[in-house]
Amino acid sequence: MLNLDFAFLTPGVVSSYIAKGFFFSLQLTVVAMLGGIMLGTILALMRLSSKSWLVIPAAAYVNTMRSIPLVMVILWFFLLIPLLTGRPLGAEMSAIITFTLFEAAYFSEIMRAGIQSIPKGQVAAGYALGMTYGQTMREIVLPQAFRNMLPVLLTQTIILFQDTSLVYAIGAYDLLKGFEIAGKNFNRPVETYLVAAAVYFIICFSLSMLVKVLQQRIAIIR
Amino acid sequence: MPMIEIKNVGKWYGDFNVLAECTTKVEKGEVIVVCGPSGSGKSTLIKCVNGLEPFQKGEILVNGTSVGAPGTNLSKLRSHVGMVFQHFELFPHMSITENLAIGQIKVLGRSKDEAIDKGMKLLERVGLKAHAQKFPGQLSGGQQQRVAIARALAMNPICMLFDEPTSALDPEMINEVLDVMVELAKEGMTMMCVTHEMGFARKVANRVIFMDQGRIVEDANKEEFSAPHARSGRNNSWPRSSITEQHRSAKVQRPDYSGLCTL
Repeated sequence: MLNLDFAFLTPGVVSSYIAKGFFFSLQLTVVAMLGGIMLGTILALMRLSSKSWLVIPAAAYVNTMRSIPLVMVILWFFLLIPLLTGRPLGAEMSAIITFTLFEAAYFSEIMRAGIQSIPKGQVAAGYALGMTYGQTMREIVLPQAFRNMLPVLLTQTIILFQDTSLVYAIGAYDLLKGFEIAGKNFNRPVETYLVAAAVYFIICFSLSMLVKVLQQRIAIIR
Repeated sequence: MPMIEIKNVGKWYGDFNVLAECTTKVEKGEVIVVCGPSGSGKSTLIKCVNGLEPFQKGEILVNGTSVGAPGTNLSKLRSHVGMVFQHFELFPHMSITENLAIGQIKVLGRSKDEAIDKGMKLLERVGLKAHAQKFPGQLSGGQQQRVAIARALAMNPICMLFDEPTSALDPEMINEVLDVMVELAKEGMTMMCVTHEMGFARKVANRVIFMDQGRIVEDANKEEFSAPHARSGRNNSWPRSSITEQHRSAKVQRPDYSGLCTL
């Protein structure tokens, strides 16, 4: 049989190998989510504008990002930036910027659908009160779009959390990397990968439970 | 100076002529009703008045300010012109109080307390004070439309535009909205109302404009349009004969719409 032995995973091992990776994965997810949603919303507004000089660059950006595998973007950004700026960025920083830029493309599509789900009459009502475009978007359209799209935004965030494991390509120290190194040092790779899978499952599953609860709490009364 | 002056306005969607040579005006304190079959351009015309719809030809002046002119601050102009929509368009993610306060705070720069205070006074006036903390989705259509009127009034408008305010309502709710509108008209508010409610027109309108195929085909004062009712002894019906005669003389080929304006 497999002859599994989890005894080496003491609290000391967890805190020295895995905690660091977990906090980086968490940081990466949160920053990329917040940054991605903000940037994505701007991209979505650009794509929905009537001015082609805003639509074309936004559409080009989103379509390019969505057509390239994330690992390649991570790798390219990590390798190209030092060539352009002359000094290395560091794997962690590079990962954070890449993820934010990459996720913005996906969040922008979600926000675009969300904005389009708001009836045109709502915009007209905002304008009719004398609000500017910015006020109408900020106060009326985006809050509703955000609520409508919350489940999808959070689902995308869960995928984002899983995707943080792709930073192995540039050697950043994330959750999976922590397990991997612990497994190598104690010569227990099977056990550590099993535990890693369980940890990813627990985190992602509880997040999707959270989505349900949140959805009920902030739903618009209709 | 008239409150609203519409001069020879024309609008096209591609080749389709939505509005053609529309000319009329609304004096201060006047109530005018715009009616006509669906697709005749009445909603489009009223949306042109506060610049929600662009138009290609002619000019619209609201209190002396040209709506279509490139230099016009449309947001500022709209903040003085109240508008009520067919589908209410209350903001569903805000409570009734917030719905009433948002424009006052963001556009007029009033303080939150001041805005809420003003909102509550108007809610009381439309008889909905008890519902202040509710959300739009918890109110009936008629109640929502009354809130929408209060929301427009909260901005202290110099005139009000109504775009079919009762068309999306169940019949039993129409009167509660019309009552508010009648009261408003009696207080001297300048109003331009797209509506099929001829009872409302007869009660408070100074003039009735009849539109068809993007044109203003009749612009009659109250006496002219209400007289045939007395003769036929019929209530709430448009004086068909005078309209059809007008059309015959204008040689406009048109479908039979007479049923549309009979309530």
